Amino acid sequence: MGDRVILGPYAPGTAVDAALDQRRSDVVMTVRESGLRGRGGAGFPTGTKWMLAAAAAGDEKYVICNADEGEPGTFKDRVLLQEYPDLVFDGMVTAGYAIGAKEGYVYLRAEYRYMLDALENVLEKMRSEGRLGNAIRGREDFDFDIHIHLGSGAYVCGEESALIESMEGRRGEPRIRPPFPVVAGYLNKPTVVNNVETFALVSRVMEHGADWFRGIGTEESAGLKLYSVSGDVQEPGVYELPMGITVNALLETVGGTDAAAVQIGGASGTMVTRREFDRKIAFEDIATGGSIIVFGPERNLLGVLENFLEFFAEESCGQCTPCRLGTMRLLEGVRDLQNGSVEPERIDALRNLADSMAISAKCGLGQSCNAPFGSILDAHLEGVAR
Amino acid sequence: MTTRTRIDWNNVVQDVVDMRGEDHTALIPILQDIQRSHGHVPREAQNAIAIALDVSQARVAEVISFYSFLTEEPQGQYIFRLCQTISCEMDGKDEVASALERALGIAFGETSEDGLFSLEYTNCIGMCDQPPAMLVNDDAFGGLTPQSVQDIVADYRRKGEER
Repeated sequence: MGDRVILGPYAPGTAVDAALDQRRSDVVMTVRESGLRGRGGAGFPTGTKWMLAAAAAGDEKYVICNADEGEPGTFKDRVLLQEYPDLVFDGMVTAGYAIGAKEGYVYLRAEYRYMLDALENVLEKMRSEGRLGNAIRGREDFDFDIHIHLGSGAYVCGEESALIESMEGRRGEPRIRPPFPVVAGYLNKPTVVNNVETFALVSRVMEHGADWFRGIGTEESAGLKLYSVSGDVQEPGVYELPMGITVNALLETVGGTDAAAVQIGGASGTMVTRREFDRKIAFEDIATGGSIIVFGPERNLLGVLENFLEFFAEESCGQCTPCRLGTMRLLEGVRDLQNGSVEPERIDALRNLADSMAISAKCGLGQSCNAPFGSILDAHLEGVAR
Repeated sequence: MTTRTRIDWNNVVQDVVDMRGEDHTALIPILQDIQRSHGHVPREAQNAIAIALDVSQARVAEVISFYSFLTEEPQGQYIFRLCQTISCEMDGKDEVASALERALGIAFGETSEDGLFSLEYTNCIGMCDQPPAMLVNDDAFGGLTPQSVQDIVADYRRKGEER
């Protein structure tokens, strides 16, 4: 594993030093030119997000690191925060410099509270070394500090506007967008919210340059990606691989070539079966935040779908009707399907329901239910597994 | 069972508010602190918080009801949260669940009479590479077996009884 870059050696401060050698606007340009897109799963171009926040008026702006890693099957952010906290924090400092923010927050999920003390210690060390706080690296024009805000157990807070609501002391109910956080985010100020991995990659881009990153992956999906691999594989774990890798190539790497089906993107992602294993994992083909769950031929795929729908029904914030009721109806449907008592018309109605949720639910939670519902149902009907 | 001494929730809340501040952004940290120190945030505490932060009691209550790590009802000193999501589900979660119920002497959703343990299911805790996994308060355990669960419970029982 000597050729790992994201998960390779890192000298703390390297990225920030490289950023401070450039003008703020040039840092934004470097991130734009790298082609880096948000690693939480949505894939919004990071440099564009920063450019919008940088252009917003006022000097009260915020940088938020979304460490509410709750998508089933993903744990790469856990590994980054435990083993490479400097890489993540330096990415946040870089963002603060680029957009002209003075404060950053890490929204750390409650389930990761065991990391809190270690992370606070890293931040304290950064302050004592002049890498965080007032006049970073002696630059009188650059103050930036990072605080950790602990979550309280709610998957939907991974959605950025729900996360902001939660930070403001409310239920984590997603906001209507626009306005987007880059215009009116935390405390209604311009706010950049990026995933843990995105900040880590920003640090690597500052370290190795935009061209290096752009040269990996595909035209539309540049660079490296961390994949959280679990399920029926020989070696579960976090893998650093290029964007655009085929499902087949990934399965070979992780010892999962017996797979009958792979869920890409977690509960809210898509199931692909063997005949589609030559497809690419990339924003232009199968997009993902990095959750890869592998299923062998003995698995009951309807049981998998039931597990995911239980998850959604439980984690729906209940604010909008399509999601609150839709998740329950889909769950009832898949349970009836398992009991074998379902007419073809009912299956069509359930598919229609999932599709209408995709256009009528308020946020990604309800909107993405049709991906697992349709694809897992198809895989089941194809008979690729038990 | 130990008799609980009466808690002055106004004092509890005041101490935490002194530390966290009265801004609305402090609401959840305040609730988290009280949940940690007292195992729940009862109505009396909620009312005191509402007054201190100048928000409605409904606002405090609706926030507590939203988050799974905040509760109005008392929870045990050690909360066992077994992951029920797919990678754990596929790799022996049910056997571990039964072993936990036996070792703790309570069913899922219950708190033991001595106030030592609560047992519940939780959704993905980001330990999918080490299934099945659980949290006990802030500690994460992976690769659980019915046997290892017995040892873990015994450890916490000892710790709890020493206190």
